[in-house]
Amino acid sequence: MANTINKHPAGSRSKLPGLVKSLMGAAAFASMALTAPASLAEVNTTDLAVTEDTVKVGILHSVTGTMAISETGSVQAEKLAIEQINAMGGVLGRKIEYVQEDGASDWPTFAEKSRKLLLNDKVAAVFGCWTSASRKAVLPVFEQYNGMLYYPTFYEGLEQSPNVIYTGQEATQQILAGIDWVVKEKKAKTFYLLGSDYIWPRTSNKIARKHIEKLGLKVVGEDYYPLGHTQFNSIINKFKLKKPDVIFASVVGGSNVAFYKQLKAAGIDMTKEKPLVLTISVTEDEILGIGGENIDGAYASMKYFQSLTNDNNQAFVKAFKERWGDDIVIGDVTQAAYLGPWLWKAAVEAAGSFDVDKVRAASPGIELTTAPEGYVKVHPNHHLWSKTRIGNAKTDGQYEIVYETPELIEPDPFPAGYQ
Amino acid sequence: MFADYSTSELMSIFAMQGFAGLILFSVFVLMALGLAIIFGQMGVINMAHGEFMILGAYVTYLTSNVFSEYMPSMFGSYFFIAMILAFIAAGALGMFVEWALIRHLYKRPLDTLLATWGLSLILQQIYRSVFGAREVGVTLPDWLMGSFQLSEIVEVPINGIFVMTLAIGISLAVAALMYKSRWGIQVRSVVQNRPMAGAVGINTSKVDRLTFGLGCGIAGVAGSAFTMIGSTGPTSGQLYIVDTFLVVVFGGAASLLGTIASAFTISQAQSTMEFFLSGSMAKVLTLLFVVVILMLRPQGLFSLKVRR
Repeated sequence: MANTINKHPAGSRSKLPGLVKSLMGAAAFASMALTAPASLAEVNTTDLAVTEDTVKVGILHSVTGTMAISETGSVQAEKLAIEQINAMGGVLGRKIEYVQEDGASDWPTFAEKSRKLLLNDKVAAVFGCWTSASRKAVLPVFEQYNGMLYYPTFYEGLEQSPNVIYTGQEATQQILAGIDWVVKEKKAKTFYLLGSDYIWPRTSNKIARKHIEKLGLKVVGEDYYPLGHTQFNSIINKFKLKKPDVIFASVVGGSNVAFYKQLKAAGIDMTKEKPLVLTISVTEDEILGIGGENIDGAYASMKYFQSLTNDNNQAFVKAFKERWGDDIVIGDVTQAAYLGPWLWKAAVEAAGSFDVDKVRAASPGIELTTAPEGYVKVHPNHHLWSKTRIGNAKTDGQYEIVYETPELIEPDPFPAGYQ
Repeated sequence: MFADYSTSELMSIFAMQGFAGLILFSVFVLMALGLAIIFGQMGVINMAHGEFMILGAYVTYLTSNVFSEYMPSMFGSYFFIAMILAFIAAGALGMFVEWALIRHLYKRPLDTLLATWGLSLILQQIYRSVFGAREVGVTLPDWLMGSFQLSEIVEVPINGIFVMTLAIGISLAVAALMYKSRWGIQVRSVVQNRPMAGAVGINTSKVDRLTFGLGCGIAGVAGSAFTMIGSTGPTSGQLYIVDTFLVVVFGGAASLLGTIASAFTISQAQSTMEFFLSGSMAKVLTLLFVVVILMLRPQGLFSLKVRR
């Protein structure tokens, strides 16, 4: 798609290797193992950091600053996946080595570090970013230097880059099924939309509003609070006045904790479902901070919950706890981050090469039957086909899954009629 | 927008909205009192105020863990002990910081801004290393969780009443300390004229240390109380710092009464506007209102009438 902007066009046979390359070639020839799976020249024509027995990838998340709270789980998941892949023999017979960089919750830092990973470390793929702002910051870098980014977070959609594979859900996958479910199962007629004031909640609520109105139902209020807002008594009074059937919440970060604590304190018992709270922003990770007793009874619409009972997930949860400690919880994004290395491995093996262009060409249609969330498949638009589930929050901080879409939902990052 | 509702419904909502404003007022007072002492009385621009609050929150978290582990029968009353411990911990850290850092900077008040900002980054990283990057959940005793049902619609959260009581109690205690006690007279004289206060025999460095410690201790109590309504994480203190400075500066930095008046004005303005507008817009208008007032009255709402 974007081949015209590639610095390292694929398929160039590199008839005139530079000095470095010939040295590498000589070294490779000297150390050529008897069982070398595929020769270096075949699997790496674009000068990536691949040797006879290793391949370098990047991990780029915030481990300091305000986003560290959210991104820690993704880092752990990606490392676990890489370790498991290495234990199985690696990718194309090469062990994965990761270079970890810290985006420090600062978007220009993300861009700078991604440039470093692509230009200096010459990594074959990067697993990273969390907020949309950080993804938007690194996007031009990945497109200019033709890198490959595996992005784990559920997000607002309206983007499709040849250099990104989106392993989380885009907004319509997450939202439409959730709203359909409350309308069908809980006979909801009126909705109140509430979010933190930035692109993801605003886009999500736009989609939600269109969908609700298409169903002939009513949005009785829509409100946004600044990021980090900690006082929600006024909005709770508005709920009491307007009496919506459903509060559709996409509040994030520290505000989340304040919102649910104050909702509970104001006498709104979410287990009574009057009003019912449907959130798209609270994973098991966030409940750690909110406290299970404060969110008991709320519903969440996501593709993954830790309590999924399939065999893949049980093995995943067990491995995750063995690696990172027993008291850890796994949220939707953590699982999506775990898919990244596996999807990349499958695409590399299908392509028979680490070259970004070949991996990109091989990616659509890649299936993963071992995903903790079940079966996923890469769509030509670089998002994943996935199921959406509805979970009911319990006091122990876990979700009880009450519904699962029967079919995989097609990703639709540019939904017609919702913009 | 009110055509669809009956008069009694509207009355109830306005009553509750008024109460929401009072809770916000109490939160602002608790946040700002400590800073009013440190910034207002001592002139130290303490950017680490939020981190002292979060220290109190973490102390509460630890206390709740200890109680649920070793004394589950006493769990209902742990919150009071946690607040006392929070006051001691934050106050002790405050006195140490004053000794190690602040006392060298009294003649350079603007430099305290940078020094305490650095301190806030250090403290955040310490919290992150000790407690982890994720937010921790503080379990509250059951009696703090519910709400009073006054009528069909009017419900008053108990933790709101608790925060209000605490705010009133601490304000009265600080007022008594500052204006009725011998120590308060010493503090005020040191603030007004440090060399002269020293000359009449006041141990100024001791007064400074205690004052700074008291301000930080109150921040710790506030942080402890805020575990009921907000999040406890390494960077949660940043959520409060802007509002805190806003309240103190708007009130007139040197006046405690001004701080309270300003907390009242800002909280009522914000909570009324939040009800009629969206939350973000209410915030924008509140800030605009504060800016305009400060343009007309740069010294803030209340100012000390002293000859300079």
